[in-house]
Amino acid sequence: MMNKLSLTGLLALVVRRDLLLAMRRRADVLTTLVFFVMVVSLFPLGVGVGQGPEAQMLTKIAPGVVWVAALLASMLSLGRMFSADYLDGTLEQMLLAPQSLPVLVLGKILAHWMTSGLPLVLMAPVLGLQFNLPSGQLGVLVLGLVLGTPVLSMLGAVGAALTLGLRGGGVLVSLLVLPLCIPVLIFGAGAVEAVASGMDYVAHLKLLAAIAVAATVLTPWVTAQALRISME
Amino acid sequence: MAINWFKYSAPSTFYALAGKLAPWFAAFAAILFAVGLYIGLYVAPTDATQGDAYRIIYIHVPASILSMFIYLVMAGYAALGLIFNTRLSAMMANALAPTGALFTFIALWTGAFWGKPTWGAYWAWDARMTSELILLFLYLGFIALHASIDDPRRADRASALLAIVGSVNVPIIYYSVRWWNTIHQGATIKPTGVSMEATMQKALLAMFLACWAYAIAMTLWRVRSIILERERTTQWVQEMPEAK
Repeated sequence: MMNKLSLTGLLALVVRRDLLLAMRRRADVLTTLVFFVMVVSLFPLGVGVGQGPEAQMLTKIAPGVVWVAALLASMLSLGRMFSADYLDGTLEQMLLAPQSLPVLVLGKILAHWMTSGLPLVLMAPVLGLQFNLPSGQLGVLVLGLVLGTPVLSMLGAVGAALTLGLRGGGVLVSLLVLPLCIPVLIFGAGAVEAVASGMDYVAHLKLLAAIAVAATVLTPWVTAQALRISME
Repeated sequence: MAINWFKYSAPSTFYALAGKLAPWFAAFAAILFAVGLYIGLYVAPTDATQGDAYRIIYIHVPASILSMFIYLVMAGYAALGLIFNTRLSAMMANALAPTGALFTFIALWTGAFWGKPTWGAYWAWDARMTSELILLFLYLGFIALHASIDDPRRADRASALLAIVGSVNVPIIYYSVRWWNTIHQGATIKPTGVSMEATMQKALLAMFLACWAYAIAMTLWRVRSIILERERTTQWVQEMPEAK
């Protein structure tokens, strides 16, 4: 009966399970979101150019600030991608299951994105308004985040799987994953800057989409390997 | 005559081989460093536009080439270890990482010292500097991941996977940073021909080979330490005259 489960069926099953678990612990999702909003809101205070003509500078750095904050927020939530399943033994059963582990992992990544990346995407326009971003740039910023945040979850999954159950895993995973995320940051923030300077932004978004496709193909498999290494 | 290619893939035999080879590479490196520095600092002419500041390239260029090359070699050994499950490959990858990180650091440091008189700033966010900095982060991540896993087998395999992921990512990072911004001067050594004076070329070649020999010598010495540490419970280590 279980063996007849199709790949999409398996994917839907894992996503639904993880979303259900996330719904039961809503505070985790909210913490990430609040962290994101807080980091972005701290920048004007730190840079100290809230009013007057210097406010333009804030508008200029806004896409970068939002992207870096999104990067940090997604690092923050990586710890819980596998750790709960690892601690209660569910992950071991998943590794033993006859179903494809990469698809299972993809489901977990998808659910992780829905609970950590998607809220950031939805919150980004509000934060953009805080920085006085024009609507054109705002749209491209959100579009970039839609394409880019899944990549952050996917690369993060590799790091989370490699550091599973290690002491100091939270800091370590950022050290491993952040350098790998740099292209996403560059193209995501670059697209908004391209709009601001009146250039073509489609190339940036296309590159982001290409990275997302490549990551979708490769990272579930790599993460599955990493899980096997960590669990053996 | 049949050659046993796998003879030196055993840590016990490679330990002896590395011990024999390392001093030769170290001596080779010392001689080449002396020759390269002499030609580079005394014989080679002063550059027409950059003055004497250009002479830092004799360490900067070899260091930056090796920093990238060593990462690829490291990832290669890591892949070998992961695929064929050979212990020595993972040990070689670990032995290479600190030397690679060192060369990356030297490349960044000398680049900054060259940038100050030439560009007027120690640091510019140009493509090659930035990707070199990211390369340093990748080396540090590799070393940190290996250091924080207690079980050596798991540490080897996990960091090997990280090195492979990193090596896939390196070209993407490089091109993304390059499209992002570039003010670095164009390549001087091109396949079509070299726009450089002959003595400068000789000095650069000597320094390059010197750095290469140094990297090999250091890696061999370091892998000997790693082999001893990992194999300390085996009979051949305990029977060694040094261990008794």
